[in-house]
Amino acid sequence: MTASASKPASESAPSVSLPATTWAAIYLRSLAVQGSWSYELLLGPGIGFCVEPALRHLPGGRGGDAYRQALARQTRYFNTHPYLATLAIGALARAELDHVDPIQLERFRTAMCGPLGSVGDRLVWARWLPLCSSVALLAFALGATPGAVLLIFLALYNVGHFGLRAWGLRAGWRSGLRMAEALGAAPLRQGPVYLARIVAFVGGLALPLLLAGSVGPARFPLAATVLVALAIGATLVRIQGRVEGWRVALIALAGLALYSVLR
Amino acid sequence: MEILPYAVLGGLLGLDVVSFPQAMLSRPVVAATIAGAFAGSALHGLLLGAIVELFALEMLAVGASRYPEWGSASVVGGGIFAAGAVEHPLAPMLAISVAATLLVAWVGGWSMYGLRKLNGVRARRALPALERGDENAVSRLQLTSLTMDLLRGAMLAGLGIAALAPFAARVAEAGNVSTTVYLVTVWGLALAAAVSAFWGIIRGTTGAAWWLLGGLGVGVLLVVSQ
Repeated sequence: MTASASKPASESAPSVSLPATTWAAIYLRSLAVQGSWSYELLLGPGIGFCVEPALRHLPGGRGGDAYRQALARQTRYFNTHPYLATLAIGALARAELDHVDPIQLERFRTAMCGPLGSVGDRLVWARWLPLCSSVALLAFALGATPGAVLLIFLALYNVGHFGLRAWGLRAGWRSGLRMAEALGAAPLRQGPVYLARIVAFVGGLALPLLLAGSVGPARFPLAATVLVALAIGATLVRIQGRVEGWRVALIALAGLALYSVLR
Repeated sequence: MEILPYAVLGGLLGLDVVSFPQAMLSRPVVAATIAGAFAGSALHGLLLGAIVELFALEMLAVGASRYPEWGSASVVGGGIFAAGAVEHPLAPMLAISVAATLLVAWVGGWSMYGLRKLNGVRARRALPALERGDENAVSRLQLTSLTMDLLRGAMLAGLGIAALAPFAARVAEAGNVSTTVYLVTVWGLALAAAVSAFWGIIRGTTGAAWWLLGGLGVGVLLVVSQ
């Protein structure tokens, strides 16, 4: 890429359009964006792997100087949420094909890691996934068949998952270096607040039904389970972040197994 | 139990956790149900998956943090429970299968950590080629890492089934504790983890605690009215 070809930023329509096959390749590759995740480069090589089909449209084509320089830039250290990585991939592909100044591009690349990561973690891992899990647990508690529970969970979750990836790619490409505007979209900002309330309601609804359906209607085990859950749950809440429930459970269940055999 | 089908399933679902395609096929509620179907009872797999899902709700798969690997682990747990529930006492089998799942998930978390370190070593070696913009180096790094993750999950599930299935059956047979104790312990612990998870979600969101209480209230009313 020559200095004279550099532009300050992507401020208008993209300078090139990409064929559908390129978009399909980028989208499919984005599903493996974390494939080579490491503590050194994090998602860097994955981002390069995903952007690569777009870089073939640079002057000189695949293997040309511009292609190689751009690919080298895109494989450097990068971190983000894997689903919202498509927003970065779209924006970076656009910036490369618009011949944005490499120094500006590098700054942009560094600046977008934090916001993309935090928005994605909050929206997907902390809200959307628990919501879909809660819905699946509720379906199980209400007597849905195993096939129906799987279908409900996978369909619901992946409408959001694949939709978010597709939206990210499109929004990133359209906005280029103005990607922050896309990141400020109302569903990304307000979504987690509304989702938290829905998760709370559905989760709250599912727990008693699950318990009654699994432990049975007898009062003693039901009351004892609730007491155990409240006592340990309150402790876990109090020490949240230091000890997780699954660790406590692993130790307790191993102890119970040992006791049951030695008794 | 035949190990190979579970190893293949564990490989594919272990791959889904982080590497490809992260469609949450690796969630306990899915993975354990499929493994249960392999063993002849999807319903038993789902029961175990639902319990482990309550533990998994508490854990966020955030970037560089080390977290349990639920995919291959749920294949092990779902397979062991569904296969063992037919021949052995149900409640102890459930408790031991949940413990087996948590144990394999813990080991799986470490195996992912190890793989990421290994990916780092390979990335450092490939750095000169990456800095030259070598397309083959990028693809090779990506595809080899994906393959290694697939093998990691397969080995974990295969070894988990081979080591823990006979052990679980033996403990379930030899166990000398009442069914109630097993059920209260398993469900009490799982619900406690879920309470902690929901607390983490509602904390900091105005009004969410009322929504949780509302959901709990409606749930209790439904149970009482049944």
